[in-house]
Amino acid sequence: MAYSDKTKGIYQETLKGIRDAGLFKVERFIHSTQAADIEVEFPVGSTLKKAINICANNYLGLSSHPDVIKAAHEGLDVRGYGMSSVRFICGTQDIHKELEHKVTEFLGTEDTILFPSCMDANAGFFEAVLTKDDVMISDRLVHASIIDGIRLAPAIHDTFKHSDMAHLENKLQLHADKRLKVVITDGVFSMDGDTAKLDEMVVLCEKYDAMLFLDESHSSGFIGKTGRGTHEKCGVMGKIDVITTTFGKALGGASGGCVSGRKELVEMCRQKARPYLFSNTIAPVVVSGVLRVLEILSSNTERRDKLEKNTEFWRKGLKEAGFVLKDGDTPIVPVMLFNAKLAQDVSRDLFEEGIYAIGFFFPVVPQGQARIRTQISAGHEIHHLEKALEAFRKVGKKYNILGKTKEEIIQMYGN
Amino acid sequence: MDEMKEIVKKYVIDEYMEEGDTIAYDTPLISGGIVDSFSMVSLKRFLENKYNISIPDDDATPEAFDSVNKIVDLVNRFIKK
Repeated sequence: MAYSDKTKGIYQETLKGIRDAGLFKVERFIHSTQAADIEVEFPVGSTLKKAINICANNYLGLSSHPDVIKAAHEGLDVRGYGMSSVRFICGTQDIHKELEHKVTEFLGTEDTILFPSCMDANAGFFEAVLTKDDVMISDRLVHASIIDGIRLAPAIHDTFKHSDMAHLENKLQLHADKRLKVVITDGVFSMDGDTAKLDEMVVLCEKYDAMLFLDESHSSGFIGKTGRGTHEKCGVMGKIDVITTTFGKALGGASGGCVSGRKELVEMCRQKARPYLFSNTIAPVVVSGVLRVLEILSSNTERRDKLEKNTEFWRKGLKEAGFVLKDGDTPIVPVMLFNAKLAQDVSRDLFEEGIYAIGFFFPVVPQGQARIRTQISAGHEIHHLEKALEAFRKVGKKYNILGKTKEEIIQMYGN
Repeated sequence: MDEMKEIVKKYVIDEYMEEGDTIAYDTPLISGGIVDSFSMVSLKRFLENKYNISIPDDDATPEAFDSVNKIVDLVNRFIKK
């Protein structure tokens, strides 16, 4: 046995350090389907508690939609459970190709390749398409999976200040001599809920001959008038060179992701992207579910319209209650508390009131920017949101933060 | 020399710091967490363009970029060559 006391001690000490720093993550067990109303076991071993979930990425409420479940059942019956192979050996079914076509159509791109997850899509893309003669220029707040992909790529990497177009232009000028340039951004930023200035980015990328890479994980299905994403909202459909997105959030919430965009880039991924080459793709049961999701979303905009209305109601309610929010119009609504302990205390008290919402603090968000990130869903009814608002008001009053400014909250609790 | 120090200092402040924050010439940049190793790329390219020099990757170490003073020393080595 090579797992000696010394080895074990090193890990025990490291884990203790994580605990002591207040950064130890624990899971809460859900004993129901994923939905607005859930039953939660927390702490482990306690009796089940009914709660309203306002922290899922289930933006369209499709995670447990009967039509999606039915389609998944049918997929399971007709195409089986697993593929036991990667795509290019014998792991590609007709429905995988069908899903790639449907996603291409939905996003308004040229071609699509499926990945086991969007994490894999982001981790595999840059290494597959870039060389050491190229440069990647990313917004400073892009998702961690993009950072991992950037680390794996041979090209040099630079950043621009969050959503600062003048700074981006400086960087495009600085790297003008590079063979290929890729500008990288999220569509909707997951922690702040704000939207990339895609229209301006498209103009800059055209001016400086740079490709534009967009992660739409928190946008696909509900941002834009017909839910195609941030590129629809900003009026630049067809002008984004690469879109990555997930089927693990609004689009059914199970798993899987893709790279969708220019034909040559997708083909490069098919030839060279390692998560595609060395891992099974999405299971047939999930593919069948996502196909049904896209069908639902292409037939009408009912769900994204409801989500928009719910979001307006929620933002207005929190503002009127006197909370400090991050500005924006997406279903990601961060309630700013600034202090990490306060965020954890508020989260715990909300749970006592039957509201499931999690506190986020450093290193997930910058130091002094602790918050409760709330996420609204089309699966919420107004009565869910009213109950959640009531709980927020009660807890906010307890901590005396209603109607207080950022500075006043920091003065009371520190940051 | 002093002019170069001010130029480098201003670039680091504008590029990496929050409004109102400042640094001294000997403030640790990389080991102090102000500049991450990713961001060294733009700093290196800025210096190369500004002073018309080429800094080999082997010389562009985190240690050599760890303060305004050290950066100015590094640049001067290559200007003089």
